[in-house]
Amino acid sequence: MHPAGPAAAVIATLWWVLLIGATLIFLFVAGLFAWAWRRPAGPADVRRYVIGLGLAFPLTVLAALLAYGLVVGERLLPRAAPEVVSVTAEARQWAWRFGYDDAPGRETQGILHIPAGRPVDVAITTVDVVHSFWVPRLAGKLDAVPGHVNTLRIEAFAPGRYAGVSAEFSGPGYRAHRFEVIAHDAQGWQAFLTGETP
Amino acid sequence: MNALRRHRALTRIWASDPGWKGWFTTVNHTDLGRMFLATAAFFFVVGGILAMLIRAQLATPRSAFLGPEHYNQIFTMHGTIMMFLFAIPFFEGLAVYLLPKLLGTRDLAFPRLTAYGFWCYVFGGAMMIFALLAGIAPDSGWFMYPPLSSTLGAPGINPDFWLIGITFVEISAISAAVEITVTVLRYRAPGMRLSQMPIFAWYALVTAVMILTGFPPLILGSILLELERAFGMPFFQVAAGGDALLWQHLFWLFGHPEVYIIFLPAAGAISTILPVMARTRLMGYGWIVAAAVSLAVLSFGLWVHHMFTTGIPHMGLAFFSAASTLVAVPTAVQIFAWIGTLATGSPRLHLPMLWLLAFFATFVIGGLTGVMVAIVPFDWQVHDTYFIVAHLHYVLVGGFVFPMLAALYYWMPHFTGRRTYFKLGTTAFWLVFTGFHGTFLLLHWAGLLGMRRRIDSFEPGQGWELINLIASVSGFVMAIGFALVLVDVVVNAMVAIRGSRDPWGAGTLEWAMPTPSAAYNFASLPQVSSRDPLYDTPDLPAQLARGEGYLGDPARNRRETLAIDVASAEPRQIVVFPGNTLLPIWMAAITGLFFLGMLLKTYWLVPISAVGVITCALIWVWSLGRRRPEGRLPVGRGLSLATAAEAADPPGWWGSLFLLLADGTFFGALLFGYAFLWTVAPNWPPPAYAEPGPALLLLVALGAGLALAGPRAGHWVVAVGSLLLGAAGIAALFLVPDPSAHAYDATVWVLVGYGLLHHAVCLLMIAVVAARRRAGHSAATTRGAERVSHLWSRYTALTSLVIAAAVGLPGALT
Repeated sequence: MHPAGPAAAVIATLWWVLLIGATLIFLFVAGLFAWAWRRPAGPADVRRYVIGLGLAFPLTVLAALLAYGLVVGERLLPRAAPEVVSVTAEARQWAWRFGYDDAPGRETQGILHIPAGRPVDVAITTVDVVHSFWVPRLAGKLDAVPGHVNTLRIEAFAPGRYAGVSAEFSGPGYRAHRFEVIAHDAQGWQAFLTGETP
Repeated sequence: MNALRRHRALTRIWASDPGWKGWFTTVNHTDLGRMFLATAAFFFVVGGILAMLIRAQLATPRSAFLGPEHYNQIFTMHGTIMMFLFAIPFFEGLAVYLLPKLLGTRDLAFPRLTAYGFWCYVFGGAMMIFALLAGIAPDSGWFMYPPLSSTLGAPGINPDFWLIGITFVEISAISAAVEITVTVLRYRAPGMRLSQMPIFAWYALVTAVMILTGFPPLILGSILLELERAFGMPFFQVAAGGDALLWQHLFWLFGHPEVYIIFLPAAGAISTILPVMARTRLMGYGWIVAAAVSLAVLSFGLWVHHMFTTGIPHMGLAFFSAASTLVAVPTAVQIFAWIGTLATGSPRLHLPMLWLLAFFATFVIGGLTGVMVAIVPFDWQVHDTYFIVAHLHYVLVGGFVFPMLAALYYWMPHFTGRRTYFKLGTTAFWLVFTGFHGTFLLLHWAGLLGMRRRIDSFEPGQGWELINLIASVSGFVMAIGFALVLVDVVVNAMVAIRGSRDPWGAGTLEWAMPTPSAAYNFASLPQVSSRDPLYDTPDLPAQLARGEGYLGDPARNRRETLAIDVASAEPRQIVVFPGNTLLPIWMAAITGLFFLGMLLKTYWLVPISAVGVITCALIWVWSLGRRRPEGRLPVGRGLSLATAAEAADPPGWWGSLFLLLADGTFFGALLFGYAFLWTVAPNWPPPAYAEPGPALLLLVALGAGLALAGPRAGHWVVAVGSLLLGAAGIAALFLVPDPSAHAYDATVWVLVGYGLLHHAVCLLMIAVVAARRRAGHSAATTRGAERVSHLWSRYTALTSLVIAAAVGLPGALT
């Protein structure tokens, strides 16, 4: 819950909106329940409960929420944009291998280098079982499925080191199936691409 | 005949065998319902112990208590046991016990099938427990994603226990679902229209139809994965034209309806108990039925929300996201109708009501977090974290376990005939309730902090230590609470004082009998004209005991009940039930050998036990036959009816209809899988398609024509048609000789195998009908069996045409 990239930040905002909304709805239902409990026995209007509260209320809330979710989702998609850096991530039991379109032939094991402040598209796949690529502080996760290549957009606000994990259970080595993302400043990224830093 | 002598006469006819032998020969729904519930409770305890091991392991960081080999088996088996061996069978047990009593009849539609299903469940469950004790239990997670669960990720026998054991257990779910459907539709008390059924019966009907349409994709997936593991048929191997995502689709096509299959019976119990606790009637009966039906329908349209992170295009996800949030609407209709019910009445805080309060508090939170994870970007973040673990426990424990405990305490006086006496239940309630929220509330937060599910231990310094310690301590508090519930139930059943007949003042028929109930339920069957017969006629129990309803005269000395018309609820047939028998347990044991042969790869055992199962089935079916019609027999209240053996639509015909619904869904899922691989899997098209020549096509056309010629043309024509289609199927296999070459070839084998199996069943059915006529059975008493056989033949001929098209067209068109 310490977002360090635009995708994670948008999702964190989404979470706070969801939490506040859910809390309000829960309190409302609990209050209504307490009121219904204490109310003396007597006839009640079925339509108010079933149509008003049961149909109209959730439909309104959900429509608004869906629209919000859809807009957020669209914003997080890997759309074509200038400055986009493309990298590849190939998972196996229990390691990650990363490749770089800007430096063909360059490969790193367990550490993904990216430039800070630029959108990065990670093309994710696997050579054995299903894995999932997740850097919690940068963005959501996307699965590595055998035979398919899925593309995830990530971005880090600032240079630094960010922990990444595989987030789909993959057998005995699952816990330790980690990697690290190193976000470089512009200078450091050029240095990496030309092979000056490991 | 006075009430006591009627009771003795009926007991003599309906009672199970005395002593321990009775457990194995009983076909009575009251016995089997209790046995189902007790067995499911046993598995709940086993699953609970596994949960305690998980919490012990995760109590502190870097725990050395369990290694990943054991931990992976433990969490996999915890999920598997709770879902397949506890939740579904517990519902089945409750429905088996309650439905005939709620509906005012004497037993379920197919008593021997109840027993067969129960024993399949016991033997299948025993296989799973054996695997657990032997340390070779499944360890790929309860949703068993290949390739991790296939030969690549798990070369050992572990996943085979899951695939074969769970499929074996699912026989009981399918049999119970067929029975529940037919019982609700045809075995209600005379006069009880669908709109007058107890609300629980509606929920049970919806749930049963969902089982019939939800479980077949899982059974198909398990068979395909086992075929891949055992014979290298590459359905899920991408290199040979398979796709790992196919499993995820098939699994969640089952897995999401499963959640509602678990929730709806609980909602049925709530809708039954809540109005009684509030001393009022249920608000919006029609709305609630509509909500349950729409939940069932919607639940089949949102399986993809378990797959938001698999790389499906965003607009596709948006559709499933909308469908997923939409299920909140019928759920809200029910919740607010229940609150409205409370508003119209004056609630009492008895123990069942206390558990319903726990349900409301917990389930509303679970529902709200459910809406959260239905929002795609949020799910991208929390998918496969402890947020999901917490959410699903709020939904499943809040939405199933708590209402079931309400149901347990509500119907306990009915099970035991005793009054709840001790205060232990209240203490247990508070331990479970506080323990539950202490365990899972904070785990939401751990998930947001990035704690993945299924990790076998964690590193300190990530802010997870305190949350996990609180969760573990609370988990043990909850376990103590559940143990107290168990003690409370046992103590109450054994020593509490005798209670009154209807302790809660309810209006439904299950309270119109002495408790604990007699083997025959009702000494005579009531004529019903409203939803709460006991409120209209408080004297009903005495009237029924005096034999003033239907079938109050036991003179025919056999187990009889009435079948009604589905819509009008007019009595139509006398159903004669079979007596106590060992046949179901034998058949279940031999079915078990069949599965064991597959599991241990001792393939010689498979055909032998198949023959054994067929023999049992033939004995089973043969004993239903009646040589001579009996004509109309008096059933009381001035009415005379013929028996079901002389009817054109006997219960077996209805059972076949609903079994074919499940079968058709299975077939549909298979075609879906074929189309999915074709369009999505990377390595398509296959190197070569089967290219059937004109002779083969002619054979198919001729066979289908004869098989569809139907009843007018006679059995032999249909049988010859079936044989020709079968021959065509075998010939088609020679066109794709190696099923392990490509997923296409493997699919052809499964499609053709499906057809061949059905033709074999049809031929057996035709043979049974022919043998009956030969043995001198009258036309009137074989008519029903004939129609069952035709139903299957027609289905098989039509599916054979579809199979022929699916196998032959690609080759013909390219």
